[in-house]
Amino acid sequence: MTSHADEPLVRIRNLVYARGDRPIFDGVDIDIRRGQLTAIMGPSGTGKTTLLRLIGGQLRPDAGTLQVDGQNVAELGLRDLYELRKRMGMLFQNGALLTDINVFDNVAFPLREHTRLPESMIRDLVLMKLNAVGLRGARDLMPSELSGGMARRVALARAIALDPMMIMYDEPFTGQDPISMGVLVTLLRTLTDALGLTSVMVSHDVQESLSIADYVYVISEGKVVEHGTPDALRQSESPWVQQFLKGLGDGPVPFHFPAPDYGADLMGEVAG
Amino acid sequence: MIRALQRLGAGTLGVAERLGRGHLFLIHVLRGFPALLPRFGLVIQQLFSVGVLSLLIIAVSGTFVGMVLALQGYYTLVDFGATESLGVMVALSLVRELGPVVAGLLFAGRAGSALTAEIGLMKATEQLSAMEMMAVDPLHRVVAPRFLAGILAMPLLAAIFSALGVLGGYFVAVGLLGVDDGAFWSQMQAKVELYDDVLNGVIKSIVFGFVVTWIAVFEGYDTVPTSEGVSRATTNTVVHASLAVLGLDFVLTALMFGD
Repeated sequence: MTSHADEPLVRIRNLVYARGDRPIFDGVDIDIRRGQLTAIMGPSGTGKTTLLRLIGGQLRPDAGTLQVDGQNVAELGLRDLYELRKRMGMLFQNGALLTDINVFDNVAFPLREHTRLPESMIRDLVLMKLNAVGLRGARDLMPSELSGGMARRVALARAIALDPMMIMYDEPFTGQDPISMGVLVTLLRTLTDALGLTSVMVSHDVQESLSIADYVYVISEGKVVEHGTPDALRQSESPWVQQFLKGLGDGPVPFHFPAPDYGADLMGEVAG
Repeated sequence: MIRALQRLGAGTLGVAERLGRGHLFLIHVLRGFPALLPRFGLVIQQLFSVGVLSLLIIAVSGTFVGMVLALQGYYTLVDFGATESLGVMVALSLVRELGPVVAGLLFAGRAGSALTAEIGLMKATEQLSAMEMMAVDPLHRVVAPRFLAGILAMPLLAAIFSALGVLGGYFVAVGLLGVDDGAFWSQMQAKVELYDDVLNGVIKSIVFGFVVTWIAVFEGYDTVPTSEGVSRATTNTVVHASLAVLGLDFVLTALMFGD
């Protein structure tokens, strides 16, 4: 492994992936740089979550290469893939906490599965991780007793339990009230900086993402439409990017789903 | 015509593909068994939810099935003056057939459906996916202990079912109908063979436990991750597992008790 500090941690080249007949990615190039927070944005249904699953090796690309820390994910055997995953954390949209055990045991789960640390040390580590997300006091609650934002913070503590090199966030801000949204936004940034993590965030929350990301990719219809720093993106001349960033109802992305002529349709002249 | 053929072909392919996936799944899960030995606590937890929590329905059903058997048997045998054989009849019916089969059906309904729903919901809420991303194989961590617990619990439940059935039969025969106490037990002792009857019944219950649990955990793992999918998978488990128990019982009986 020749992991140069300035080489990207994740290097995606000409990625092609289709679900059934529907192409999701059609020649995507993405670099995710070490120690940075990269946001991947795009409308719903553009396969942003699929991209994270491809990086994590849960799905295999149809064509193209996808390297994480110099290793080609699609070619790894199950054992190597699991070794690689120990160094990645993933935050699922709803947290995906194990519902039959409490907060403490959820954060302790990866430690107990992958290390032989004594219980006293696991306790210290878990309390440290929980303290980092501000939920040390919630250690005895069950996942069903947590609010959505708290569940995500516990999941975040669990994701950093093994001190990974990279964390992937799947729509971290969706459905949050302003306060927990603010908490999560700050957490993502501070954790990335304090732990020297590489973060990949998939989101369609424009303002929050632009406010904390170091670099942004905008994906639509299987292609990277635009990429650059948040400031560069705001200056983008692409009308599509402007529509997306400003959230306009009509523009290059039409309001109407493709349909035959309205008048003809009403008159019943369209074969249906 | 062509369309009907197409549908038939697609249906057959679908079934074949699912069967193949079910077997690959089984192999993958069985490979996880050795790793369970040092962590037997995981299996004990599942033994509790699969076995102990099924105990009540198994015990009550066993007792009543034994009582009804004695009652029905008595009315037939009394015409021939052979009511002393009631003990044999009740014991053989239970140990050879009703114990494993009815316990298997109840096990599919009580424990199997719960296993499917639990694993299916874990899939729907991305808990299984999250485990994969934490480099923990859900087939080894979640499915294997449940599978092993099902295989271990089922023969025990069938044995409890049969034992309580015999006691229920004894209560009705001797207590209510006035069959001779000594004849009830001594004939049973003389006619029920350890290997031919009891052991074959135990083998049946192990096979049923294996098949029912396999169907239950596979249906759960293979669920379409929506609430509709989980409900369909749970129904599938009960229907398929019950049919499998009945079908296998016929095959096993023909193999074991045929000449």
